Amino acid sequence: MKSYLASRFVVLRDQERCIQCRVCVRQCGYDVHACDQEAGDVYSSDDRCVGCHRCVVFCPTQALSVRENPLSYRANANWRPEAIEDVLRQAETGGVLLTGMGNDKPYRIYWDHLVLNASQVTNPSIDPLREPMELTTFLGAKPEAVTLDPETGALGTQMPPQVPVDVPILFSAMSFGSISLPAQESLARAAAEAGTLFNTGEGGLHRSLYPFAGNAIVQVASGRFGVDPEYLQAGRMVEIKIGQGAKPGIGGHLPGEKVSAEVAATRMIPIGTDALSPAPHHDIYSIEDLRQLIYALKEATQYSKPVGVKIAAVHNVAAIASGIVRAGADYIAIDGLRGSTGAAPKVMRDHVGIPIELALAAVDTRLRQEGIRHCVSLIAAGGIRNSADVLKAIALGADAVYIATAALVALGCRVCQMCYAGKCSWGIATQNPYLTRRINPAIGARRLANLLRGWSHEIQEMLGGMGINALESLRGNRLHLRAVGLSDSEMRVLGVRPAGE
Amino acid sequence: MGCHLCEVHCLTEHSQSRHVVRAHKRERPRALARVRVEEALPLTLAIQCHQCDEPMCVFACLTGAMQKDPETGIVTSDSERCMGCWTCIMVCPFGALRRDTARGVVAKCDLCAHLVTPACVAHCPNEALTLVDVTP
Repeated sequence: MKSYLASRFVVLRDQERCIQCRVCVRQCGYDVHACDQEAGDVYSSDDRCVGCHRCVVFCPTQALSVRENPLSYRANANWRPEAIEDVLRQAETGGVLLTGMGNDKPYRIYWDHLVLNASQVTNPSIDPLREPMELTTFLGAKPEAVTLDPETGALGTQMPPQVPVDVPILFSAMSFGSISLPAQESLARAAAEAGTLFNTGEGGLHRSLYPFAGNAIVQVASGRFGVDPEYLQAGRMVEIKIGQGAKPGIGGHLPGEKVSAEVAATRMIPIGTDALSPAPHHDIYSIEDLRQLIYALKEATQYSKPVGVKIAAVHNVAAIASGIVRAGADYIAIDGLRGSTGAAPKVMRDHVGIPIELALAAVDTRLRQEGIRHCVSLIAAGGIRNSADVLKAIALGADAVYIATAALVALGCRVCQMCYAGKCSWGIATQNPYLTRRINPAIGARRLANLLRGWSHEIQEMLGGMGINALESLRGNRLHLRAVGLSDSEMRVLGVRPAGE
Repeated sequence: MGCHLCEVHCLTEHSQSRHVVRAHKRERPRALARVRVEEALPLTLAIQCHQCDEPMCVFACLTGAMQKDPETGIVTSDSERCMGCWTCIMVCPFGALRRDTARGVVAKCDLCAHLVTPACVAHCPNEALTLVDVTP
């Protein structure tokens, strides 16, 4: 069928600068560029361009640029270009529109309406370069009270398993399958170097990554792919994945063509078969059922590691979180509306769930009201872009945050949203061996560790400015936040006062 | 990863202008890249001179143009003395030497001796090329 869709991007090639080296031809995963051997020139097919900039960055003469196609439609506030193009695409395919990465719609980003406090005159700020500044965070349930031996000062309380992380920033679940092995190895190495954790996602832990298992959160999701006793024993924490911010309420589908020999071995499924994760866990239909799985996993790991539950932020998130605490989870990860994915129906990604800021505040408030906040650590996920977002999340009540999009961006990702195509020119969201080699895990780990180091320094600076010398003093301390431009009801949910009050 | 940027930067470094656009589009005869990327996708491999301890090319050279510097260990060909007989190309076990037909001499890697890091290594985006000193 003739497609009625126009090119999304225009590739601009400065022929004065193009040296016909064909780097762009080789680097593009979407075959945008081609070389005419006879004429000796290189030309582009703009309609295939996804705007990932791989060719632009690698062109040795800066001959290339990519711009959005400036094609204009008649102005219409209702029928915007995206709405028209989505209809055209579905008229041509008759299918569910797929997309990748996180929600790109202009929902309010509450981080950008929250501002942080600083000390002036009446309380001293702290210089983090001169004085110690504690960012270490202990993940896991905390006891009701702690008893110390009066003689020796030794801890008398039997502590639930605790996992310390040097920075409160963890790499969110990205499976081997959704991302390439070198990309996951980059995350694993960076987590080990920075003293934090990465998350295997529902893809199992590849043999080659077992040396990094001490920094791994091993996920158990509805398809149970890659789960066996060795996997559970190897991880630092175990995570039951109930839902994901990008697609709350639905499962996952890794198409058979992406299930290579390595992916198949790691997921423990036959080569080339579709890896279907059901929407629900078929053994969990209640909080009581969830409790059974939590304790099954605790038994399987001899109560030696925290077992957490990851849920998508949905309307009733606070009550659900309360139930999860009572089911015995050691941590809860909440993934907000802007959380990313390797593939999801566009309509789910863009319209289901609630923003993480509101969900986090609601959960923290509810757990405090019920006197059970200490029973879990809270990990906020979905839309953390910088160190200020991290700090605001902690002030809203998070113990730590998950980052995934930010981590992939550090590896080169341009958020082109084509992960599901498996052609990623940056070697991240693909299993094509020609493309995956583009990520050298040594370089990837360096880039990620640099990012975490930079954010840590900034967090220390901001904490020092507030006169706080330990991150835990900020946790849930919403007096250090003020709202700018929010309604009364939004501020009520966030538990934050307006700026100036 | 087969981007061939080592070739681009090698050619540039061995050109008159050492400017990537001028070297490729203006200078004639064009300079030659000394490194070459061989492909059997998905595998790709850069082939360059190994600066052998027992260089067959030096032993075979009919005019004495090919010499190994006893100090640096770098094997270079003196284009004044090279007569373009290609004997060195026939004996090189790595296939690392190339004919510069425009100039009638052999083109070979000189490890960019005037630079701290050879151009191919400095510009390799994936750190696939590294410079390793194996001097005994």
